[in-house]
Amino acid sequence: MAIEHADVLRAAHLARLGLDEGEAAHYLDDLGRILEMVDQLQALDTEGVTPMAHPLDATQRLRADEVTETDQRDDFQRCAPAVENGLYLVPRVVE
Amino acid sequence: MQWETVIGLEVHVQLATRSKIFSGASTAFGAEPNSQACAVDLGLPGVLPVLNEQAVAMAVQFGLGIHAEIPEVSVFDRKNYFYPDLPKGYQTSQMYQPIVGPGEVEITLDEGATKRIRVHHAHLEEDAGKSLHEDFHGMTGIDLNRAGTPLLEIVSEPDMRSAKEAAAYLKAIHSIVTYLGISDGNMAEGSMRCDVNVSVRPAGQEAFGTRAEIKNVNSFRFVERAIEFEVERQIELIEDGGEVVQETRLFDPEADETRSMRTKEEANDYRYFPCPDLLPVVLDQAYVDHLRDTLPELPADKRARFENEFGLSAYDAGVLSASRAMAEYFERVKEVCGDAKQAANWVQGELSGALNREGLTIADSPVSADRLGELIVRVLDDTINGKAAKQVFQALWHGEGDSADAIIEAKGLKQVTDTGAIESMIDQVIEDSPVQVAQYRDAEPEKRGKMIGYFVGQVMKASRGTANPQQVNAMLKDKLDALC
Repeated sequence: MAIEHADVLRAAHLARLGLDEGEAAHYLDDLGRILEMVDQLQALDTEGVTPMAHPLDATQRLRADEVTETDQRDDFQRCAPAVENGLYLVPRVVE
Repeated sequence: MQWETVIGLEVHVQLATRSKIFSGASTAFGAEPNSQACAVDLGLPGVLPVLNEQAVAMAVQFGLGIHAEIPEVSVFDRKNYFYPDLPKGYQTSQMYQPIVGPGEVEITLDEGATKRIRVHHAHLEEDAGKSLHEDFHGMTGIDLNRAGTPLLEIVSEPDMRSAKEAAAYLKAIHSIVTYLGISDGNMAEGSMRCDVNVSVRPAGQEAFGTRAEIKNVNSFRFVERAIEFEVERQIELIEDGGEVVQETRLFDPEADETRSMRTKEEANDYRYFPCPDLLPVVLDQAYVDHLRDTLPELPADKRARFENEFGLSAYDAGVLSASRAMAEYFERVKEVCGDAKQAANWVQGELSGALNREGLTIADSPVSADRLGELIVRVLDDTINGKAAKQVFQALWHGEGDSADAIIEAKGLKQVTDTGAIESMIDQVIEDSPVQVAQYRDAEPEKRGKMIGYFVGQVMKASRGTANPQQVNAMLKDKLDALC
């Protein structure tokens, strides 16, 4: 599967990454080589093999429905750029 | 042209767990902003989610409640998108292998007719936080207390054909989840909300029309209104030569219309992939069987039992089984008084009327089921007549006495069935009403039946409402006819 310049820009946009032209070219090359490896994997015959959702052949452990966390808001908000009345403040998302 | 409406619903139900789906933070409503958002909910580096067993159990209970397949394996996926109330940059959800497979929900329409709506699947996911756009110096405030609250998203097939059916479906889901006790179903607090997919097509056409999705509708009434508006909008658009575009719309209850949300700059691309932090969930058959064995009786079964066992009409059975609280109240009244029809009449009549007037739910009723049952017993054993019973009910409602018997005693409402006492009241009324007696005598015999009402009223008045009306009626008729 070939990747094009436009695909890189689209992926970057979806991931909210700002790439300049040099970086875009760099990633085009990197991603291209990753996809080449995927193509190799694709060539394998997986007929009759059940897909795995996880590389570990294990199942999810569950926890009891208990409240174990205490309020650590002050600690968490120490590294936030802006807070007010207990809220995290972010650039306005609606006009 | 005749148009047919096609509707599918995605209902989000907040599960009533104590802690979040992947963390041990509390889910209690109304806490201080961000006081219940822990490191996992905030998506801080290095944290790992651990699945809440109760959320799994509740999802499976719902699946069993709609007779769905419960797959042995289900898998969590990441739905990637950017929004500040989703700090991880993805919502942990289930895209490809949901916890609940295909099932069906029975809905009740007018006149008690029923219809089956297929459920495509239901999956577990986490809720996002809340954005507050009021003025924070031109910024948006984020409260992440809700982030990580477990949701069950129930996706229907496009099986509904009218706004009424969609509302009935939503009500059926509401009653199933509240019967199961897996959600408080409180729509005002956002415990249940839905996205509505609506399209129209010419009657008889098989292919679906292009649909619009109305987001975040949070009341039964709004669902109906949003659909009615949207259907009209789409039909008008097409009939004017336009085309419906696939888009997301918002319902504005104030303006009673749906509006296009900002069109996203590109089609949704959530880049779903299996969540590497969570392993597949495997449910063994014994676990599922255990949950099945402990399911409570669900609304559809209760409705059928009320009809078959108690001889109630389909309508009455539907109303009385709609909520678990209502059904339990009714069954208790029936148990105390021993008469299902009387119990049904009182619960749907006097009691529901009083509750509606004061905006109360049955859980807040000042008259308990036991007290109401005892009151009905006194009607059934002829201690009081129907009119006095209503007075007793009002007195119970306003806390004027501890029991029906105490109120009957205190207010002297005991029905007079003593023939002698009634006879003397009748004689008095006849003596005092020479004009009406003359009219009665002169009337055609077939018209007399109606005219007797006047005399019954006078006698009841004389007895302060305590005479047995049937007895008064019969005795009056004999007396008056003897005068003719």
